[in-house]
Amino acid sequence: MSATVSNDAGTSVDALERIAERVAAQAVDGEQVEAYVSAGTSTNVDAYEGEIESLTQAGSSGLGIRVIADGRTGFAWATSLEDDIIAETLAEARDNRPYAEPDEWAGMAEPDGVEPAQLDIHRPEVLTTPVDDKVAMAIELEAMVRGADPRVRGVRSASYHDAEGAYAIATSTGIRAGGRSTGAYVSVSALADDGDASVIAGGYSIGRSPAELSLSEAADDAVSRLLAKIGSTKPESGEVTLVLEPRLTSTVLGIISGMLGGEAVAKGRTPFADRVGEQIGSPLLTIVDDPTNADSPGAEPFDDEGLATRRVPLLKSGVLEGFLHNSYSARRAGTASTASAARGFSSRPGISARALTVEPGEGDLESLVAQVDNGVLASALGGLHSGVNPISGDFSVSVEGLRIRDGQRAEPIKEATLASTLQRLLLDVSHVGADVEWQPGGTGGVTLLIPGVTLSGR
Amino acid sequence: MIEQPVLERVLHTALSTGGDFAEVFAEDRQNGNGMLDDGRVEQLTSGRDRGAGIRVVVGDTTGFAHTADLSENGLRTAATAASAAAREGGGGVREVALTRTDVPSPNDVQVLPEDVAKGDQVEILRRADAAARAAGGEISQVTASIGAGRKRVLIANSDGLLTSDDQVRTFLSVNAVATGDSGMQTGRKTIGHTIGWELFDRIDIEDFAGEAAQQAITKLRARPAPSGELPVVIGAGSGGVLFHEACGHGLEKDLVDKGASVYAGKVGEQVASPLVTLVDDGTIGEEWGAFAVDDEGSPARRNVLIENGVLTDYMWDFLRNRKEGRPNSGNGRRQSYKHLPMVRMTNTFLEAGDTDPDDIIAGTERGVYVAKLGGGQVNTASGDFVFGMVEAYLIEDGEITEPLREGNLIGNGPQCLRDIEVIGNDFAFGGPGTCGKDGQGVPVGDGCPTLRVSQLTIGGTAA
Repeated sequence: MSATVSNDAGTSVDALERIAERVAAQAVDGEQVEAYVSAGTSTNVDAYEGEIESLTQAGSSGLGIRVIADGRTGFAWATSLEDDIIAETLAEARDNRPYAEPDEWAGMAEPDGVEPAQLDIHRPEVLTTPVDDKVAMAIELEAMVRGADPRVRGVRSASYHDAEGAYAIATSTGIRAGGRSTGAYVSVSALADDGDASVIAGGYSIGRSPAELSLSEAADDAVSRLLAKIGSTKPESGEVTLVLEPRLTSTVLGIISGMLGGEAVAKGRTPFADRVGEQIGSPLLTIVDDPTNADSPGAEPFDDEGLATRRVPLLKSGVLEGFLHNSYSARRAGTASTASAARGFSSRPGISARALTVEPGEGDLESLVAQVDNGVLASALGGLHSGVNPISGDFSVSVEGLRIRDGQRAEPIKEATLASTLQRLLLDVSHVGADVEWQPGGTGGVTLLIPGVTLSGR
Repeated sequence: MIEQPVLERVLHTALSTGGDFAEVFAEDRQNGNGMLDDGRVEQLTSGRDRGAGIRVVVGDTTGFAHTADLSENGLRTAATAASAAAREGGGGVREVALTRTDVPSPNDVQVLPEDVAKGDQVEILRRADAAARAAGGEISQVTASIGAGRKRVLIANSDGLLTSDDQVRTFLSVNAVATGDSGMQTGRKTIGHTIGWELFDRIDIEDFAGEAAQQAITKLRARPAPSGELPVVIGAGSGGVLFHEACGHGLEKDLVDKGASVYAGKVGEQVASPLVTLVDDGTIGEEWGAFAVDDEGSPARRNVLIENGVLTDYMWDFLRNRKEGRPNSGNGRRQSYKHLPMVRMTNTFLEAGDTDPDDIIAGTERGVYVAKLGGGQVNTASGDFVFGMVEAYLIEDGEITEPLREGNLIGNGPQCLRDIEVIGNDFAFGGPGTCGKDGQGVPVGDGCPTLRVSQLTIGGTAA
């Protein structure tokens, strides 16, 4: 139960480590056992019309156990850390194991001697700040947005959220890892009338504690995006230069990094397999994943198999340098893990970037917009889950934003799509900004210009 | 899961700071899944999630806490935490006496997940893999997943309600990758129903997997989708997602109340072509969004949302119905005990019309035929929606011709509903869906007959 591992001082890594080690120690000869244990607490406040709409305070925990023998993997998970449930979960994982087919590369991570980065990612203030102060932040944020401009008709939601949590990983192969972290954010979405319909736009601020959040930044972000949308019309179809602001560059980079995962490579599910050493992107693009960089909200000392995270070069001047690996894909590719294993307690380790960044180029959003004759400055991309296929590379998304003409921001647009392929987007980047902005997913985006994208409208 | 006297005492604790309403939602969920990838059954997974969410309402404020500890102590601790938000209430103390109501299940489950032999999961996965690979030498990769889950819930509230539900859902999905000179393309088939393992007695696994593979192979010769506005014929089945996005979300009363829906204030008005009758129905026995009671304890119901083009009603949750003294509509749902309920859809579908679907295609000079839609999303405030074409073809001179590459379709909900020109006399439900709203996913179904929209914007790259 989380009550025994979390208290006013936070979640106890030691308590989780003891549980994980106890499970891993039960491995018998010829068997590998891994336990991934996590627990934490969270607070969420939604404000509406000056009152608390809802206040949630909760603790939760989870346990995932993986068992491998003879190349066969069994897995089971549960949301309770009570002794009988832990025993049952281990028994279930063992029971599942014989049904898997042997995989010569199956196995757990093994200690590789890389020292974990010293990262300060836990702020006790998340726990010590009175709930009343957190409530006040959500209510104030709502009031700031409502009062910002007469055109703001209402607020759909204004929220404060924080979480504190810890995890521990232990394996019978000698892995011992654990840690804890905190995070907090405020977010708001505002409404305005636009003829017969309405427009809606959101803003947010993120940090590791309430003190690191900026209400005015979140409010200004939402209101300026909202007002910019009023009067949007459907644009004419044609070819345009796409201007991606840092927030959206992060979104697109996130999709592309998924195509650079070692498992997708091994299983032939990415167009970039077998292309290491080749030019797959614009010479202006250098991309790394560096979870040891404390500036990134995705910074973590360990990956989810318990290996110390490290800097992973992906693209250098557009040339593909390598892939992201967990221990499975690395073993299969005959290389070392890049410590990119990612998972929750209810799934086995997959592969994900944590802190992608583009090496800054020159200029910022304003100076790059000024260089565009005929473009679209996107403020939101939609349908990413349905219109972007990371296997074929097909890319088709809905877009809202502003037209750009002769270096100037022009009319707002909606009900339009942008289409290309992910492969082309990477190659066609013509300018890379220097304006690094860290996003909630951990990615540091910059402004990008990409010519030759098809805009479909009227 | 929890004894009745314990529930009564927990509700009493929850109301001790003056709450108007309190509720205990307890849940015990067990899942078993199997995954095949790269020619190999990689892993079977078992999962168990059990806990309770307690909410306390005072005026328009809700306090909520959840716990995995279902002992009386654990529940009362959570009840106290939930009541904190209500501490400015009157401080009244209320006794709660529960009356048990049993609502029959909308369907009959024959084989429970716990009675399925693990080897049966493996066998179906292997057959699916073999059949997909046998569809053609172009198939370079196959992933298949299978699973069954059982969700038992117990709901008690301070109005005296005590009820429960036992939901079983079973699914299979097959994803195939085909490789050719033009690169890689994907195909996907998914089936899921609110029934047990008997689902697999009804489908031909080989045909099912073969169709996923064939879809990927066909797309290898697909050409880029057009760019711009064209008439769009949507095939029976997965096209239901169009209505889920184009108007379903906009008819959720919480969004309407916050002024975040284009359909606010439009009840009784003509909002769609007179051909359109749209229904949301949680009682449809086997569909993915079916249940006996919703996650607030209200029995599932059939609710007509749009009748002959006229907006008849929104979808409601328990508290909004309670406030207005309306009967419950059965649309209060949540992802798990860790989440507050919201207004959600169940199985949303467009009723059949009277035109032969072949005539709909034959009557389209140039346009796009979408055999299968993927996921979508909507901005309820503006009504603008987007969804993916997973399998689509060009229509030229009234005939289906070339396959098209994937892309998004976009439109505006109110405009699209008016632009529906013709509706077929066929009907099918689509595959199982997961609807996301404010970070919570719930299982939903949708369906529709073949239909034509006079114009939607197609997000391709071809002229």
